[in-house]
Parts: sequence; C-alpha cells; structure tokens
Amino acid sequence: MRGVILTVVLLIAGTFWAITGVSGSGYVTMQGVPREQPVPFSHEHHVGGLGIDCRYCHTTVEFAANANIPATKICMNCHSEMWAASPTLAPVRESWRTGQSIVWTRVHDLPGFVYFNHSIHVQKGIGCASCHGRVDTMPLMWQNAPLTMSWCLDCHRHPEEHVRPRDQVFNMSWKPDGSQQELGKRLVKEYGIESLTSCSTCHR
Amino acid sequence: MSTEYWRSLEPSLPTPDHGPDEVDGSTRREILRRMAASLSLAGLVGCTKQPTETIVPYVRPPEEAVPGTVLYFATAVTSAGPAQGVLVESHEGRPTKVEGNPDHPASLGATDVISQASVLSLYDPDRLQSIRGPQGNATWADFEIVLNRLMDAHTADGGGRVRILSRTVYSPTLGAQMHTLLTRLPNARWIQYDSAGPHSERAGSQLAFGQYLNSYYNLDAAQVIVALDSDFLACGPASTRYAHDFAARRRVRGSQTGMNRLYSVEASMTSTGGKADNRWPLRPSQIESFAEELAAALGVSGAAPGAPSGIDARALASIVADIRQSREHSVVIPGESASPRVHALAHAINTVIAAPVVYTAPIEAHPQDQIGALRTLTDEMNGGHVGLLFIVGGNPVYDAAADLDFAAAMQKVAQRIYMTEHNNETAVYSTWLVPESHSLETWSDTRAFDGTVSIVQPLIAPLYESRSAHELLAAMMGESLTAYQIVRAYWTSQKPSDDFEQWWRKSVHDGLVAGSALPAVTAPAIRTIPARATSQTSGLQIQFRPDPYILDGRFANNGWLQELPRPMTKLTWDNAALLSPRTATQLGLRNHQVAEIEHRGRKVEAAVWVAPGQADDTVVLNLGFGRTRAGRTGTGAGFDAGKLRFSDTMWHASGITLRNTGREYPLATTQMHHSMEGRDIVISEPVGTYISNSDFVHERTKEPGPRLTLYKPWDYTGYAWGMAIDQTACVNCNACVIACQAENNIPVVGKDQVLAQRYMHWLRVDTYFKGSSDNPSAHYQPLPCMQCENAPCELVCPTQATNHSRDGLNDMVYNRCVGTRYCSNNCPYKVRRFNFLLYSDWQTPTLKMQRNPDVTVRSRGVMEKCTYCVQRIREAEIRARRENRSIRDGEVVTACAQVCPTQSIIFGNINDRQSKVAQTKGEKLNYSLLAELNTRPRTTYLAELRNPNPEIPA
Repeated sequence: MRGVILTVVLLIAGTFWAITGVSGSGYVTMQGVPREQPVPFSHEHHVGGLGIDCRYCHTTVEFAANANIPATKICMNCHSEMWAASPTLAPVRESWRTGQSIVWTRVHDLPGFVYFNHSIHVQKGIGCASCHGRVDTMPLMWQNAPLTMSWCLDCHRHPEEHVRPRDQVFNMSWKPDGSQQELGKRLVKEYGIESLTSCSTCHR
Repeated sequence: MSTEYWRSLEPSLPTPDHGPDEVDGSTRREILRRMAASLSLAGLVGCTKQPTETIVPYVRPPEEAVPGTVLYFATAVTSAGPAQGVLVESHEGRPTKVEGNPDHPASLGATDVISQASVLSLYDPDRLQSIRGPQGNATWADFEIVLNRLMDAHTADGGGRVRILSRTVYSPTLGAQMHTLLTRLPNARWIQYDSAGPHSERAGSQLAFGQYLNSYYNLDAAQVIVALDSDFLACGPASTRYAHDFAARRRVRGSQTGMNRLYSVEASMTSTGGKADNRWPLRPSQIESFAEELAAALGVSGAAPGAPSGIDARALASIVADIRQSREHSVVIPGESASPRVHALAHAINTVIAAPVVYTAPIEAHPQDQIGALRTLTDEMNGGHVGLLFIVGGNPVYDAAADLDFAAAMQKVAQRIYMTEHNNETAVYSTWLVPESHSLETWSDTRAFDGTVSIVQPLIAPLYESRSAHELLAAMMGESLTAYQIVRAYWTSQKPSDDFEQWWRKSVHDGLVAGSALPAVTAPAIRTIPARATSQTSGLQIQFRPDPYILDGRFANNGWLQELPRPMTKLTWDNAALLSPRTATQLGLRNHQVAEIEHRGRKVEAAVWVAPGQADDTVVLNLGFGRTRAGRTGTGAGFDAGKLRFSDTMWHASGITLRNTGREYPLATTQMHHSMEGRDIVISEPVGTYISNSDFVHERTKEPGPRLTLYKPWDYTGYAWGMAIDQTACVNCNACVIACQAENNIPVVGKDQVLAQRYMHWLRVDTYFKGSSDNPSAHYQPLPCMQCENAPCELVCPTQATNHSRDGLNDMVYNRCVGTRYCSNNCPYKVRRFNFLLYSDWQTPTLKMQRNPDVTVRSRGVMEKCTYCVQRIREAEIRARRENRSIRDGEVVTACAQVCPTQSIIFGNINDRQSKVAQTKGEKLNYSLLAELNTRPRTTYLAELRNPNPEIPA
C-alpha cells in the first residue's frame, strides 16, 4: 500500500516537474528559435556590419508602446539604390509597387493580456540588448529571452541589475565599467525607477 | 435595518444562486464530472504554444499615425437630429470611442447616451451592405443608369410626380442641394418627417409667433425652472448642455448654499421629473390646464384658466410667487409630448417674465408642418399622383402615423427608391435600396441647437457599398460627386475668401465653425393663443414618448442602447405600458401582465409595468419598440406603440380602453437587482437641513476609526486614485454606463441573461424612491466599484486574481481568474460581474473592430469589474514618467467622469491635496456607502441636497 502511495506521489510530482520544465523551455516559449521571414532580413548585417541605429527603422520606440516594424518605405529609402535588383529583395519591391504590406512573422509575441510599453523602458535606461540580446549578431531574428512573467518580474524586482545610462540604451555592446550593482543603484535613484509589480502595471 | 428609501414596488429579488443552471442541456452534476476530468489536465494548459502571429506594417505610413497610439478627430454626431460635437478616438483608422468636444456648445466635453452608442451602430453587422434593385444586388453604376433614366422621364413636367421624403434636415449643404434640385424640378415636393418630432415645438412657435423660430434656454441664468412635461435634462439636442448648466447652479460647497429650483409636472416620471424639487404627476390634459393656470396667474394677456389642473391653488400661488421673485431668472420649459398650445403658452409666459430664452432663426434647413406634409404625401400617393418616390433615411412604414397607412400608399407608386442604413420595414416596399453611410463614414455638415455649424468628417472609409444623402442628391441631378466635394463646394460658395483653405482646416480641426451660432432675434409679439379645443378629459388617456435611448426606433438594433436600463423603470429590451399604482389596482393589472390597449378601433398588446409617480388614469408607452425588421438585436423587442398613433393624436389621446388579456410577458428590469438589503445607501435632505447643520451627514453615518483593521494599512507614496460622486448633480442620463461599456469592451448579454440578473455593466445608476408610491421623490446613485482599502473581495480570492495595486485600485487580473466567484459573493456593493457564458462576440468581424485594444476582451468563466479605467491611468503615468513630471490634476479621467454632463463624477489623485477630487472629498457632505462595514471605499458620495419650496407641503 505504502509503495502504491509513494508511486502515485512520485508520479504526480514528476508530472508537475515535467510540465514546469516543458512550459519554461524554448519549445514552448520559442526562445532561441530563429524564425523564417518573407525577406531574410539580417540584423547582423544592418546593425553589426553597417552600424545602423535601432531607431532608424524602429522609429517609435522612444515615445510609443510599440517599437514599430518599419514600413516598406524605410527599406526602400536605401534599397531603391542599393541591391535594387537583388532577387532576395523582390518581396520588398513588390510591396512598394502594389501597396500591399510585407507580412512578417512575429518573433516577440506577448500574450494578448499583457500590455508592454517600449517607450518607458527605453526612457528608464533599459537597453535594447537587455531583452532582445545581441541583435547585431543575429542573421535571422530570434527571441533571446523567455518572455515569461517570472522573467519580467526578475527585472521589475531588481532593476538595478539591468539598468544602464540612457545614452547607452541603443548600444549593443555596452558593458558596465565597474560594478553593475553600484552603477545600477545610482541610476535607479537618478532615473526615479520604481519597482512596479502591481498586476495592473501590465494586465488590464 | 430599515430605511425610508425604496427601489421598487416589487420585492427585491434574492441574490441569485451563483451556480450555473443548465448549460447546453447539462445538469450541474454532469458539469462537475466533466470539470474533474479537465482539472486533472489543467496543469497542461501551461504547455500550450501560442500560435504564430504576423506583423503587417504600413507600406507608406500615413502622417502622424503611430501604431498603438490613438488619434482624436473632431466631428459631430448627427444621428439623433441636431449636432452634438464630439472627438472620436481612432486606433489605426478604427473609430472606437466617442468623447465630447469641449469647445462645442452642445457638448462642453460631455456627450449623451446616443453619441456614445453611435460607434456601435457604425459596426452593426446587420447594416444594409449593397445596393439592391428589382433584380437583386446591383452596383452604384447600375443604379445611376436607372436613376438618370427615371429623372429624365420626370423632367418634362418639372418633377410633378416626384416626391422626396427625408428626415428633418439640419445640414446646410443638404438643404442647399434640396433647394437646387427643387429649382430644377419646380413641381417636385420635398417632405420631411421624424416621428419623434419636434412637432409640438414647431406648431407651438407658429401659434405664438406666426412663424417658425428656434428657441433655447440659458439655464446658467435660471434660478426657477418650470418643466411642463419636459425631460430637458436627459432628452433632446441640447440636453447635455442643459444638464451642465442646470447642475452648475446647484453645486453646494462649503458656505456656498445657493441652489436653483426645478418644478415639474409630467405624466410619467422622467429623469428630469425625478430631479425636480417639487413635482406633480398630471395627466396630459391636466398639463395643459396647468399651463393655462400658470399663464393666467402670471398675467399673460388673454389667458384664462380652463378645466382645473388639480394642483392646489396655494401651491400654484407659491410657484407664481417664486417666479415673480426671480423674474428674468425664471423660465418655463415645455416638452415635446406637451401640446402645441402648451408650447405657445410657455412662449407667452417666458415673454411676460423676460425669461432667459434665446430665439433664433430655425436651425432646420426647411421647417414645415411635417405631419400635414406627410398626410398630403400619402393622399397624393393614394390618388396615384406620385410616380417616383425617394425616401432618404427614416423608416416611414414603421413610424408614420397609423391612420396614414404609409405602406399601402407607398405601393401605389411605381418607383420607390429608399436610402437606408438597414433592410427594415420600409425596405420591404421599396424597389431600389441604397445603403446609407453612417455619419462616421462620410463628409457632411450640421447645426447644433443654437445653430453652430460643424463640419462632419469621416473617421473611416465606408465599410460597405454605401453612399451619403449628399451623393444621392447629386446623382439625382446627374452629377457624380463625392460628399467631400459637395460639402466643400457649398462652403466655398458661402465663405468666398482668399484664406478659405485656412478657414476650412480650422473648422474641420476644431469640430465647429467659429461664430456660426445663429444670431439672437427679437421674437415678435405673442399672438392670441386660441382657446382649447374641447376634448375629452375624463377616462383613460395615453401618452407616447420617444424612448430615451432608441428614440423613434432608429437605434433599435443597437444592443448597448437596448440593454441600458431605462432611467426610472430600469427596463431593458422592452417598453411597457406604464400605469400608476392606483390605476393598475383599479384595472386589476399587475406587472408583467399583458394588457390590450384599444384606441379608435386599433389594438396593441403591451406588458404592464406599474410606475411610481405616474399620473392616474394615464398609460405611457415609449416609441421605438415592436420592430419587425430591425435586425438580429432589435427585432421583436417590446411593443409597437406607433400602431396607436394617429396623425391628429401624435403624442396623447383620450378615450382609450385597457383590457387584461390574462397572459404574462416577462419584462427584464434591473431595478430589483443587486439590492443592498435595506441598508441606508442614499442620503438626501433639503438644503435647509445643511444650512442649519452642515454636519448632518457625519452625524448619520458610522465611519469607523482609522486603525480598526487586522491588516497592515497600505502605504501610498505616489498616487492614490479616488472618486467622488455628487448625487445632487446626477440627472440619471446614464451616459456614464454606455461610456464605460464602450471604453471597457463590456459585452451585451441579452434579455434572458438580464432576467437571470447577469447583466454586465460595470457601472450602474441605481434609482431610489422616497415617500408614497403616488408621487415619491427619486434619487439617483451612480455605482462603480468602490476600490475599497479593506477590500472584502481581495481576501477571498484563491488564485490572487484580484489584488491591491500600489495606488489603491482593486486590480482584476482576468488570466488568473478561475471563476470561483467568491469575490462577488463577498462584495457588499455588488459591483462585480461574472461571464457566466461567452458573452463577448469573438466572431463577428465588425464588432471586433469596435473593441478598445487597450482592454482585454474577457472570455467565459471570468470575473470582471470596474478598475477606474486603469488603462487610462497607466497610459497617463507612462507619459508623465517619460516627461519626468507628475500627472496633472484632470489629466487622467475615467470614461464615466469624462462623459458626465453635470460633472457629478470627479476623479483624481487624493494624495494631491489641491486636486479637485481631494477637495470634494473634504466637503462635509462627503460620506462612504456602508461605512460601518469598514471597507474604506475610495469612491465616496456627496449627500444629495434638494431645494423644495418650503411653502409647498411635500
């Protein structure tokens, strides 16, 4: 009898352990999975190679909730001149000609009940790379962080571990000179960062 | 505990058993069995992978469009007649919410219920979507060919057999187009008809002045107001402005104790009558008598009292003395359902006392005796004198006076072209159907109650193959023009100047043309008002009223308006034959019983509702119901009062009979829902009580000491959001309820679910009565979530789905909620709403377009509630933090506070001592509901004060 109970308990515990493991894994969160796109846009080339600033394309990141996906117009600013006949860019030219949008696959996809705002994070000194990783090394985009609630809360509870000077937010390769803790504590005070963990901060 | 206030003549319903009934034919036990199976697998839910989503960016981004950021555009809502100036919120090109335009005289930043709900009418999936001809669906090009041929055929005789029937036209451009058309076809006729009027107002102006004049009242200068069967605070094109001005003169704060005084006589209690300081229920015939008595007593020449009104002579003398004392600060306001003579008498009285009334030229493009014109039209049609009939909007087959039998007359016309938003009753008898664009889809212009012109700009391209009336008229004249070209061309001709472009841009941007209010004119001398036609005054009388929300039935397919509880009866989804308690007893009728009403041989069946404060021997029936082809929402709701309306008795009639059919019909009223179990909720006293003892409220309520709690008190270092509700100012217009519904994606549940006490409005306006049921006083109390400091709901949630936020809100996290409903059971204010079924429409594409993307759409099995529009708070907070400043007072307001015409809902940061809400809460009238429970609500109330004439016994 005791053996049966032990087996059942172990089975239940094992199931929960497995569920927790799987639900936090990249299989479910899509963390670390490069996603195919209609145009194989390379951040590695544009950011790492050419040194284009994030805001050249993601124009609204400093004042809106969404860091917008660039309009075809922005691609064509350069590609009407450069690589203007490249077969890889055919969908971009097609979009420009027909007025039909390019349909991109969404890489960072929060659930519908989460209301994330880019502008406030940028304003408070959270670097792009803190969440999106070293985008300048990604030939195809993938999701760098798990984007789970516990991951969000880790930073909301201890912002000093991640905050950086405002002028370094868009710098992919920024590293603190000294101790992050020391710098972080100073910046948290300087930027008036509050540790916001009320539910309605993100859920409405 | 007992209280002198009561809510209904019926006993309160018990709080419903919070378990599911039969769902999909399954019993409770079967559901539990299935739940057990699914619970064991519940953990696996975490493994669900989100489906892959796509992102579709712009190709060429439009100017100023930022994805996820809203833009506001000024325009005007015209669907109810004259304009209400609004600002419409647009999410990436989708209009989702209407707000008032602070610069517009009919809005001053607030709106009425109809403007709020207009956005749902735009997305109504039952709208007519394509042009239909005799051979089925057709294109605009097909229609133009046919139209040109028809117009050519009718040109020879100058359009002698052409008739155009439209609603009342307030658009200067459309009026000019009509006149151009009639110049080209001099023998054609243009008839306007709106079944809900204003007929009496026009006829009254003719009686008094011999011409059509527009009149409106400066209530900010009115100390004494006498309403003659008028619901001026909640109905009509200027009601939002009137409510604003009315409330501004009765705001008692500190030592400022001045209040205006409102007298009301009316057949059935309206929002305005319920607010009156002295009120008498009078039958329609007695109202006319009262107007005569008042006119005679105030010295209107030629006026003499006729049949007695039944109002005590001493009371009348007190009213007269009150008016005489305030003189040019007194005004008499007649309502549309009062007779033209009452309107004329009111003009005469207002002239004698030099009341603050402004007369202007008509705001209509072409005022006419609409009922007479419609009668002539049906006569002509019946006589075979009409060959081509255009109906531009409206629904005459449903709402023309019953004796005209419009449907039969219409069929005698060879070609019947009907421009309509819906495939409705009139559409059945039409040869061509042309979909009409919604006012949020087209360019146009219109006038407000004072004549102020607004350019109507579209927020979205037409969803369907629809056209505007402007485009139809242009097509009739053989021109292919867009509404934009037509409206612009008209204004170019009106404002020929070099800087037209600048003028146009400013007018469109501002939502109104600066200085376009019609100039005041001196009204001509009052003519001799004819004596009263001898009419039967004994026996049962009936009065028709436009429904306060769906009006003459034009909004019958709008679920928000159908489900919004009527102000006094709290009826949803139906109208009812309203009877006074005494008359109902005499006739042996009870609530829900179906009575047959007979008038001149015509019969209509309607369910009975016994209404407190109703005049005896009077049946009141709202218009707009009993539609047979309204759409999936409105068809079959209520009873068609129009079948009893004759062209000579449009508003009231005598000599009707009422017979009990013995059948029952369930009426869904929310009046007995969410009872607070007989505890003292409302506090209302005459202003004299406050003047003699300003502490009376605190003496009456039992506010527990601040430390009386087992839990650690919350510490608010930043903002602390709070709300104060001024019950003196609330006029029960219910705009807050619809504003909340639009802002927070609140679903419509349907009549069955309302009957099961499951309506979803986060905010309700409770109506309480005090005194005898014959003529009680009424008291209004808007009730959102109280956001308690010691919230009973938070403690009992097993999944922590409801939590206290850092700024004092009771957050509700839908995705944590598993639907135990413990929170709702523990809420003493009954403000939590549960999705028993999948109430939100997740399928219909157009309804999805209406949703506010900043608020989660809730699914089945989830509790929801008011959170002070937390999405607005967080948005403002982020904006302020980005700019390194604090949120300014008034920068963030809840949807209900924003829409409130009387500013009775005040919202803000109570940690800021200077904020309006903090100062209001510091008033001595401030109290908490059920304070003795020590919930410490963030929403508090100012006790209601009234200003009854002390010389008139209550």
